[in-house]
Amino acid sequence: MYDTIIIGAGMSGLAAGIRLAHFNQRVCILERHSVIGGLNSFYRQGGREYDVGLHAVTNYTPKGSRRGPLTRLLRQLRIRWDELALAPQVGSEIAFRDARLRFSNDPELLASEIAQSFPSQKDGFCSLVASIADYDRLGTGGFATSARAEVARHISDPLLVEMLLCPLFFYGGAREHDMDLAQFFIMFRAIYLEGLARPLAGVRLILRKLADRFKSMGGELRLRACVDRIVVKDATAEKVVLEDGTELAARRILSSAGWHETMELCGPSHEARMIGGLSFVEGICVLDAEPRRLGHDRTIVFFNDSDRFEYRNPDGLVDLRSGVVCSPNNFVYDEPLAEGMIRLTALANYDRWASLDESDYRLAKLRCYDQVVASAVRFVPDFRSAVIATDLFTPKTITRYTGRQRGAIYGSPTKRHDGRTHLDNLFICGADQGLVGIIGTLISGIAIANQYLLE
Amino acid sequence: MTANEIREAVLSILSDIAPDEDLSQLKDDVAFRDQLELDSMDFLDIVMELRKRYRIQIPEEDYPALASMTSTVEFLEPLLKDA
Ligand SMILES: Cc1cc2nc3c(=O)[nH]c(=O)nc-3n(C[C@H](O)[C@H](O)[C@H](O)COP(=O)(O)OP(=O)(O)OC[C@H]3O[C@@H](n4cnc5c(N)ncnc54)[C@H](O)[C@@H]3O)c2cc1C
Repeated sequence: MYDTIIIGAGMSGLAAGIRLAHFNQRVCILERHSVIGGLNSFYRQGGREYDVGLHAVTNYTPKGSRRGPLTRLLRQLRIRWDELALAPQVGSEIAFRDARLRFSNDPELLASEIAQSFPSQKDGFCSLVASIADYDRLGTGGFATSARAEVARHISDPLLVEMLLCPLFFYGGAREHDMDLAQFFIMFRAIYLEGLARPLAGVRLILRKLADRFKSMGGELRLRACVDRIVVKDATAEKVVLEDGTELAARRILSSAGWHETMELCGPSHEARMIGGLSFVEGICVLDAEPRRLGHDRTIVFFNDSDRFEYRNPDGLVDLRSGVVCSPNNFVYDEPLAEGMIRLTALANYDRWASLDESDYRLAKLRCYDQVVASAVRFVPDFRSAVIATDLFTPKTITRYTGRQRGAIYGSPTKRHDGRTHLDNLFICGADQGLVGIIGTLISGIAIANQYLLE
Repeated sequence: MTANEIREAVLSILSDIAPDEDLSQLKDDVAFRDQLELDSMDFLDIVMELRKRYRIQIPEEDYPALASMTSTVEFLEPLLKDA
């Protein structure tokens, strides 16, 4: 009998596991895949190492800072700042058809860019920043109101509103068109006020740290251990049954598989299917040179080819009007990465991808890669002649490897902030609890473990 | 444990929770919150580390006693005298 069983060895499950194992619980993490990481895992293909997610770690604060989510989670997980070896971004850009704004880890840059391109909005931007600086990152309540309404309260130029929202939606928007107010505050701080960084060795360094820490404290990690169902008796989760028939009992269960995914494990229920949810395609281009040699020196470029940014499930397979271009090379490392690389993200329609048969699917992937790259090079220098290897994954890929319904990277559009379920000893953490991204989901795992599982 | 040993024990917990801090400069009379910016999650961790390491329970109403090194040592002395 375990004290706690954790479903999923993604960021949130690992963080929760560390907290519980550190305080002497008998903990077992069950992971369906053969590697850890979930939505932020890694794989090997054609002799190369790729990260699944990881454009950038948000909420970067330099060594020695004592505030913010990064410091908080390092303390909670007993990790030294140097162990993550985060290298800050060079500088990023929001590129719309008629305007461009640069930003970096120094919030002054964005403020001065706005002062230059949108002089009448200068004071509005300052008051927006002031209202966010006051907001308690982990405060609950007020989740229902709109990010758009909040920004419009301070900023009257509709183009600037769209430009400011674009990166926040791409890096943390679980629903269409808008974002809950609290989520907006968290994302604004994470990206514009704190900033972006990346470890030289990518996500596997972070994951290895987390897994080593968990195991060194006596935690048990089982890979290829897919939970098939949670057995419920008298409003209590009694045990889990794995796909291979193994039964494991625990006093409490914490699931990071997602809200709907977890409800599905409990049996038939109207909560077992996600409605809505946003997904993406991710293209990866390996280059024969560093991107900056090709004239591309930005860390991340968020682009949109009109004045209005539409963040929604596209009608076709993929939305070619907007996207994200990330160069993992363009961070301030002590040594260069082995190869040049560009990552591209665009909104994609899960149902469209899921309805294709095998040969159409493969064809669509090839076509989609070309289209997404062609769309991106309207906003960054054309790097196509330098490409030596490519990969593309789709909403279907995400569901296949992580079990996430509808390929929804940021989870369900409706969040369960209290982490509770209809069962008194079953809790959820991770993207569906409300905090997304690497830092957000790590904090989620910690917070839910502290609140319900450590007594 | 003597007062000095308790101080060392608390320092060891603090260095565990905040490994990036230089604790040799810690001022015993100044609140941890002000020197290290410990937040409520960190204070809860001090309590839990004490429980884990020395099997002592600290009820919530006594948390304010853990504000600074001086007050913490004072508070822990009777609890840890046989430890
Ligand atoms: C392409 C892409 C790019 C991204 N880019 C960034 C970025 O640049 N910066 C950033 O901060 N975030 C990024 N993210 C988002 C971020 O990675 C996620 O928000 C976060 O990793 C989610 O963590 P989680 O713990 O909530 O969920 P998951 O990672 O989904 O963890 C859940 C785990 O549970 C396992 N599981 C599910 N069902 C079962 C079952 N029945 N039995 C056993 N195990 C099960 C899954 O395999 C998975 O490992 C990106 C994601 C993707 C896909």
